[in-house]
Amino acid sequence: MLRSLHCLCLLLQCRDMIRAIRACKTAAEERAVVRKECAAIRASVGDNDQDYRHRNLAKLMFIHMLGYPTHFGQMECLKLIAAPGFPEKRMGYLGLMLLLDERQEVLMLVTNSLKQDLNHTNQYIVGLALCALGNICSAEMARDLAPEVERLLQFRDPNIRKKAALCSIRIIKKVPDLAENFINPAASLLKEKHHGVLLTGVQLCTDLCKVSSEALEYFRKKCTEGLVKVLKDVVNSPYAPEYDIAGITDPFLHIRLLRLLRVLGQGDADASDSMNDILAQVATKTESNKNAGNAILYESVATIMSIEDNGGLRVLAINILGRFLSNRDNNIRYVALNMLMKAITVDTQAVQRHRATILECVKDSDASIRRRALELVYLLVNESNVKPLMKELIDYLEVSDQEFKGDLTAKICSIVEKFSKEKIWYIDQMLKVLSEAGNYVKDEVWHALIVVISNASNLHGYTVRSLYKAMQTSGEQETLVRVAVWCIGEYGEMLVNNVGMLDIEEPITVTESDAVDVIEMGSKRHTSNLTTRAMCLVALLKLSCRFPSCSKRINDITVQYKGSLVLELQQRSIEFNSIIEKHQNIRSALVERMPVLDEVAYSGRRAGSLPAAVSTSQVVALNLPNGVAKTTAAPLVDLLGLSSDDIPAPSSSGGDFLQDLLGVDLSPTSPLSGTNQAQKSGTDVLLDLLSIGTPPAQSTSSTPDKLSSSKDSKNSGVLERLSSPTSLQASSPSGGSPVMDLLDGFVHNPAIPEGNGSAYPSVVAFESSTLRIMFDFSKSPGNPQTTLIEANFTNKSPNVYTDFIFQAAVPKFLQLHLDPASSNTLPASGNGSITQKLRVTNSQHGKKSLVMRLRIGYRMNNKDILEEGQINNFPHGL
Amino acid sequence: MGIRFILMVNKQGQTRLAQYFEYLTLEERRALEGEIVRKCLARNDQQCSFVEHRNYKIVYRRYASLFFLVGVDNEENELAILEFIHLLVETMDRHFGNVCELDIMFHLEKAHFMLEEMVMNGCIVETSKSNILTPIQLLDKAS
Repeated sequence: MLRSLHCLCLLLQCRDMIRAIRACKTAAEERAVVRKECAAIRASVGDNDQDYRHRNLAKLMFIHMLGYPTHFGQMECLKLIAAPGFPEKRMGYLGLMLLLDERQEVLMLVTNSLKQDLNHTNQYIVGLALCALGNICSAEMARDLAPEVERLLQFRDPNIRKKAALCSIRIIKKVPDLAENFINPAASLLKEKHHGVLLTGVQLCTDLCKVSSEALEYFRKKCTEGLVKVLKDVVNSPYAPEYDIAGITDPFLHIRLLRLLRVLGQGDADASDSMNDILAQVATKTESNKNAGNAILYESVATIMSIEDNGGLRVLAINILGRFLSNRDNNIRYVALNMLMKAITVDTQAVQRHRATILECVKDSDASIRRRALELVYLLVNESNVKPLMKELIDYLEVSDQEFKGDLTAKICSIVEKFSKEKIWYIDQMLKVLSEAGNYVKDEVWHALIVVISNASNLHGYTVRSLYKAMQTSGEQETLVRVAVWCIGEYGEMLVNNVGMLDIEEPITVTESDAVDVIEMGSKRHTSNLTTRAMCLVALLKLSCRFPSCSKRINDITVQYKGSLVLELQQRSIEFNSIIEKHQNIRSALVERMPVLDEVAYSGRRAGSLPAAVSTSQVVALNLPNGVAKTTAAPLVDLLGLSSDDIPAPSSSGGDFLQDLLGVDLSPTSPLSGTNQAQKSGTDVLLDLLSIGTPPAQSTSSTPDKLSSSKDSKNSGVLERLSSPTSLQASSPSGGSPVMDLLDGFVHNPAIPEGNGSAYPSVVAFESSTLRIMFDFSKSPGNPQTTLIEANFTNKSPNVYTDFIFQAAVPKFLQLHLDPASSNTLPASGNGSITQKLRVTNSQHGKKSLVMRLRIGYRMNNKDILEEGQINNFPHGL
Repeated sequence: MGIRFILMVNKQGQTRLAQYFEYLTLEERRALEGEIVRKCLARNDQQCSFVEHRNYKIVYRRYASLFFLVGVDNEENELAILEFIHLLVETMDRHFGNVCELDIMFHLEKAHFMLEEMVMNGCIVETSKSNILTPIQLLDKAS
């Protein structure tokens, strides 16, 4: 009793609560007020307080509108609905519609109340129930209550009939099988005089046509004439104050009627024919100086465009749209653009005539209009008008809003690609876009551009010179920089020597050091991201060979990245530096120009790999050891040798190295194997040629490719020279050995800092018929002598191993420390593994390699088993 | 089903009335309202009254400090919805006498009752102001 008194004190008048909420200055204050109110309402609900139910619900509706949970009020709605009085019911039904939805189970409880109320003697209560049912009924309720609603379609009061009509729409949408029951009653609604009933009846017929072809046929045969007459009456009706809007009687009814006629006329010449006259009348006689009139004209144009062809009417409609388009009111222009989009499929020529006006709309200050117009222009472009349209759009790109540039750029690129028959035109347009809005260009677009450039051998010189010029003015556009850097790296000598001059070009003088300047600028811009910088490094490496006089300078630039915090750049810097300094003999072969990229394969891959690329970028966002989060690039990036976005495999820098040189990075990280698999299966020659770089996991299949690819004798030569077989370990995966040997070439190179932790490939340390042990290596930074080993044990037999113990012994120059293992039970058949960490300190680091003896003991089927082995295949330099 | 939701929002972007004709969770509603309000309130008088957002088209109109926003699907006649908003305002005007934000706030349920008489399940039911208001006035007298 005390508690409920306390609650009553807390329960404010609804008005007071709203005032309190309004007075709140911050969101936190508002939350506090709402929380307090909700607590009071809950308490009141708990006490089953009848007097306050009404008020509580009013408050809850307000709280719900503010976006707070109000589920505890749902049962209150049901109680109010079950109450006998009208005010309670009215509040209850309103709450039902606002606080509940058709997905809630509570709703089932209301079916019975609804049924009773639909049969109530008070017609206002019937109205309430119909309204609620129309807004929230579920499929089950629709089945249960359809007969009641059907009956109410013939109720004496028109206000009930109109609500029953809309309720029927909900029912047939939930349960289309019930549609046939409603066809006849719906048809009889069309003969009514009451506007509300007509409006809803026409709507019901329209929706019946959508769910049932039988209904469509029926109405087409039986009702078209009648509807035309109804429309005629409405159009010609004398002034009716109740329904008059700006001198037009009930524009809403006009519009609904026109819409139903559209549905009936579509695809039926006879029906279309019978409505021609009235449509012509509406289209010519309706006043167009008020919004209501324009709304009707707009609808009539839509109907004329959809029904079967009648030349005269179409002309009329297109003229109306032309008038709309030149209207000063932005609303009217917006709907004109909207309708022209639909008209374009019917009559392209007529829409083309308005091209100039539409193009102006692309430049409108109103974002909604611009967007519509741009969509329309996109549809309007064809072979004959693409050049002037493109010029306009690209000119506009210069001055357009920042927020609009993204959309505009995407559309321009898409059009240019679609009509890219002339390569020089395509390249020119793309360069313009890149210079104006390069930061908005998507990756696949500039990748495609590079593929096209690579294929247009007669334009290489022209392209690289144009890019060079563009870089002088628009160096802040990221993608322009990328494409320019790639092209200068590939075709640098054409830039300097003016090779392949076209007639249209003005000769320019570029020295070798100018070309290097541009790339240096690209790499040093503070906005350049990792990909751009990495591409710059590759380009520099290529130029170091093409411009021997700049080799020293290039090396200086490259070396600056030795201390980069980004692993990828640091690695490239060190690797490239050592190529420039120490491997003159192989350098020219390594940095040969990229083979021509296969356009067909690229576009096929692009089409095919898009979804895959999307899915991987969602799944894989690995953190590099130095904290740079990277997502994987789509396979095509790899193909182009723009591979810096790839994730270096944790322990295969050797592999990466070779792959980078060749411009291809196929190194997979385990979560990516799907993508890589797809890449590998690509049929183009390029992949096969370069697949030598594929790391161990996949090399079994790629090795034959390598051997058979005698076309690329140079690359094979490189490999042979590099793979001096000093220490081919038997147990290391054979396919991967060239890669590792290449690594060996650099192991004794002091230029590699010891801190570069992930530099060692994993090895299979021990393998018997029943057990496999993998070793992963890492170095702790600053302590080159110590190697951290993570041992991974896998059970190959079908039996579980228990009491698993791993022991190891090392010679005196090594110190060994074993951490506890993750478990001592090893599940059968590789369904899990044990890991254990080892730390080895090599006092003779740099002179002697690691060696280790192993002993593994475990119980299998109550039998003790002991296995022993020796590991000689540690990577060098540990 | 043409109309998906009807919102009334004040100049500060606070929702004053919200009626949805399709199911959205509370979180979705809040997010949607925030996005739409930000978009619409930033536009000036010269710009058109239509904004495309997600798969909705928002038709909006401003009356003094109150914005009326109606979300419709792509098939709906935008100009007709504009006219409908005006009809709604006129109807409320007739009932409240120069309707303002506070009328709607403090008589939220009345505003809803009116809306109920005008729109059901996303379709317009009645366009005659007196037909809309008769049941409401009748019941006001009764209670």
